[in-house]
Amino acid sequence: MDKIPILRMGAFLLVTIQVDLYDRLALNLEADLVQMVNNTNAKGVLIDISAVSIVDSFMGRIIGNIASMSKILDAETVVVGMQPAVAITLIELGLPLKGVHTALDMEKGMNLLKSMIDETEEDADEDQTNDDFITE
Amino acid sequence: MGLVNQTRLLTACSELVRNMMRYADGGVCIIEVVSAGRNNGVRLTFSDKGPGIPDIAAAMRDGFSTGKSLGLGLPGTKRLVNEFDIKSNVGEGTVVTIIKWANG
Repeated sequence: MDKIPILRMGAFLLVTIQVDLYDRLALNLEADLVQMVNNTNAKGVLIDISAVSIVDSFMGRIIGNIASMSKILDAETVVVGMQPAVAITLIELGLPLKGVHTALDMEKGMNLLKSMIDETEEDADEDQTNDDFITE
Repeated sequence: MGLVNQTRLLTACSELVRNMMRYADGGVCIIEVVSAGRNNGVRLTFSDKGPGIPDIAAAMRDGFSTGKSLGLGLPGTKRLVNEFDIKSNVGEGTVVTIIKWANG
């Protein structure tokens, strides 16, 4: 059974799609990624689609699902390297892609994830300080 | 045909073939080179002998799906190509014809 490799880098999971993504492969990827987010407590998922030249509504739905499911498990999803022709086609298709962040490349994608995670931790710290104040 | 138009055309094909596979268990696609005046392009005709579409107007609305999909295939395809035509009879099948001009 073909599988797309998922790499782990600290709190992030990295996926690079370099083969023709047929349906079964995409569905396996969705299941595997979400499972791994859960198992590793990952905070971010980076999907590199720089080698993908066609994204249809099925693929768009898979990406959207990955983002939504990961969000429930407290991880953000960033799609990187979208080809311009793909971006144009996705908009014209009308794909919503809610909750899917994007970045131009892996490095920018990781920086984006780090800044999002830092913000969440800052909010958590602020909440703690307020609680201490109220107890006084 | 430029890269963006090629991408639009291939994405449209992906949507239509997916529909044929999913709802009609397969179908036939005929590819023709066409021209009209100064326009040169391709016409693709996707025909299947599937269940047919009872309410075409509904099927052409964003978000309408009889499967568990996003419902963007047909209306999305229409936006990606230059000319779009759909005919369907319940119990007989569906024919979708699209034209993409090279410079359209």
